Amino acid sequence: MADPILSVRGLETFFHGDEGIVRAVDGASFDLFPGRTLGIVGESGCGKSVTARSILRIVERPGRVENGSVLLRRADGSTVDLVKLDASSREMREVRGGEIGYVFQEPMSSLSAYHTIGNQLMEAIRLHRTVTKAEARDRAIELLRMVGIPRPEQRVDSYSFELSGGLRQRVMIALSLAAEPRILIADEPTTALDVTTQAQILELIRRIQEERNLAVVLITHDMGVIAEMADAVAVMYLGKVVETGPVDAIFHAPKHPYTQSLLRSIPSVLAQPLSRLATITGSIPHPFARPAGCPFHPRCPSFMPGTCDTGAPGLTRLAPDHEARCFLYDQPRETSA
Amino acid sequence: MSTASPPVLSVERLRKYFPIRRGVLRRVVGHVKAVDDVTFSIARGETLSLVGESGCGKTTTSRCILRAVQPTEGSIRFLTGDGRQVDVAGLPRAELRPVRRQMQMIFQDPYSSLNPRMTISDIIAEPLLVNGIGDLDARRRRVAELLDVVQLPRAYMNRFPHAFSGGQRQRIGIARALALNPALIVADEPVSALDVSVQAQIINLMLELQERLGLSYLFVAHDLSVVKHVSHRVAVMYVGRIVEIADTATIFARPRHPYTEALLSAVPVPDPRKRAKRIVLEGEVADPSNVPAGCAFHPRCAYATERCRQEKPELRDAGGGNLVACHRAAELELRGVAAQ
Repeated sequence: MADPILSVRGLETFFHGDEGIVRAVDGASFDLFPGRTLGIVGESGCGKSVTARSILRIVERPGRVENGSVLLRRADGSTVDLVKLDASSREMREVRGGEIGYVFQEPMSSLSAYHTIGNQLMEAIRLHRTVTKAEARDRAIELLRMVGIPRPEQRVDSYSFELSGGLRQRVMIALSLAAEPRILIADEPTTALDVTTQAQILELIRRIQEERNLAVVLITHDMGVIAEMADAVAVMYLGKVVETGPVDAIFHAPKHPYTQSLLRSIPSVLAQPLSRLATITGSIPHPFARPAGCPFHPRCPSFMPGTCDTGAPGLTRLAPDHEARCFLYDQPRETSA
Repeated sequence: MSTASPPVLSVERLRKYFPIRRGVLRRVVGHVKAVDDVTFSIARGETLSLVGESGCGKTTTSRCILRAVQPTEGSIRFLTGDGRQVDVAGLPRAELRPVRRQMQMIFQDPYSSLNPRMTISDIIAEPLLVNGIGDLDARRRRVAELLDVVQLPRAYMNRFPHAFSGGQRQRIGIARALALNPALIVADEPVSALDVSVQAQIINLMLELQERLGLSYLFVAHDLSVVKHVSHRVAVMYVGRIVEIADTATIFARPRHPYTEALLSAVPVPDPRKRAKRIVLEGEVADPSNVPAGCAFHPRCAYATERCRQEKPELRDAGGGNLVACHRAAELELRGVAAQ
């Protein structure tokens, strides 16, 4: 396989509050390749969104990237560590929205209600390219056409509140592509949408990816969307990546007990009507009450007393591209990972 | 469904139109036809799911049944505990209260549906208090009982909602809904705000309670995977109308309406080996204040003919237990999910 375009290593992002430190991302590592989709999946509080925001360096205070590296391979072949850059530096601003485009969950609050979508698109285009206003407008219309917005010549002058949720998300995608990024980070891009609109948006992301050899990070809580879209998957639980692997292995040969339990507990359209679901006992702990040792141990069916509640397991390589963070595969050590 | 005993709920030709007012005189210039001629019934111990996309009228239908909004037309006959059938739609306010005790609601958002200033005990006992049932001691005993039913420790009684996770809060909401021994529970997206691992617990709890207490559920949801797990029958709505209604196994395996087919096809299947060619619907859901002529779905339907553009299809028996509102139901071979 080609070299990764983005390598995240040991990323740690903590929030310092009055009540203590929340380790929102607690050592996340993964690679992203051109033309491929990495799905990051997990439940609320697992740190998947903070991971995305850490890569883009838009973590809000009191959050801070504490450790680790985010290595971006640039178009000219050089490599830059985004963690080392000043978050508001010119270079970082060029990366953000320039080399890495991003789409958020809420298309209503991510778009300005005071400017036409055309003006917002033209602003994004002119931030990263030196073009005249007229050229930027043509390019804006072109982008709207590319994301499948009907009558783009007229829509370019409309405001976000005049559009439906699905069209707004298309505008968001157009915005994220304005500077022709090589990486697209999409954080729950279809969560607020109806299922038929979701199908349209996923189809659109897939088409654009193919046309541009785009590397996509797709963040979602929906295992169905992951199965549909991802090539590789990183499963997160309470700030840790507990398993990474190719999509087929994650769904058909999951190794981590959390991944296994999660897959058993999701309702499926293929299930028998009125059948009970397997459940994971308990609920996700409060961020201030993170369990010691492996964070999943209080809910884990394979919990080994004395091992899982004392030390933190490291990532164990089970196949060339399949890793899990669990004592079932890792010998207990004194050092904490 | 056999109709040996009368259904707990039978809704007939229900309509809810919201007026659109314009200008300084606030003249009515049109109507949003949120619910437009909806008919269905729910038997004792049965779950009927109303599914469809946002704006299809599923929530307005459920709110009409609880008389949270006043229906424009139609009847909502509810079987009371003493065996009478009352029409909720026409009941005066004063007579509504004893009927409402027997139909309760579970809400979508477990965070905003519990008063943060009340203890769990007060929240669950409130329906009893409001209806003047039992003294303080009796109410506390009932609260303890209800906590057992929803599998929460009795010790939680004096805590406040903020101490609980989303799943625990939803259990509290369910305990409150059960306080008055209702026959019917209207659950509007009860698990869509929950995490996957917690969602499964609540779905199982609802299934268990139904078996134990003989509850009937009207389940309003957009997630067809959840619907498949909880429903005996499913009604698919599109722009205020039911376009198809059938028992769960049938409607998923062999949909008879093109909209049902498209909805099923759009659901992501949690198995990367089953990536199928999706039917991606063109365009958007029709505007309920300006419904297309003929079949409201025709502008997005791949099978539409001239007749669909002009004549509104009625809901009728298409064989195999499905009621379908489609002119071409008999001739079309549509794809379900089991066939993938």
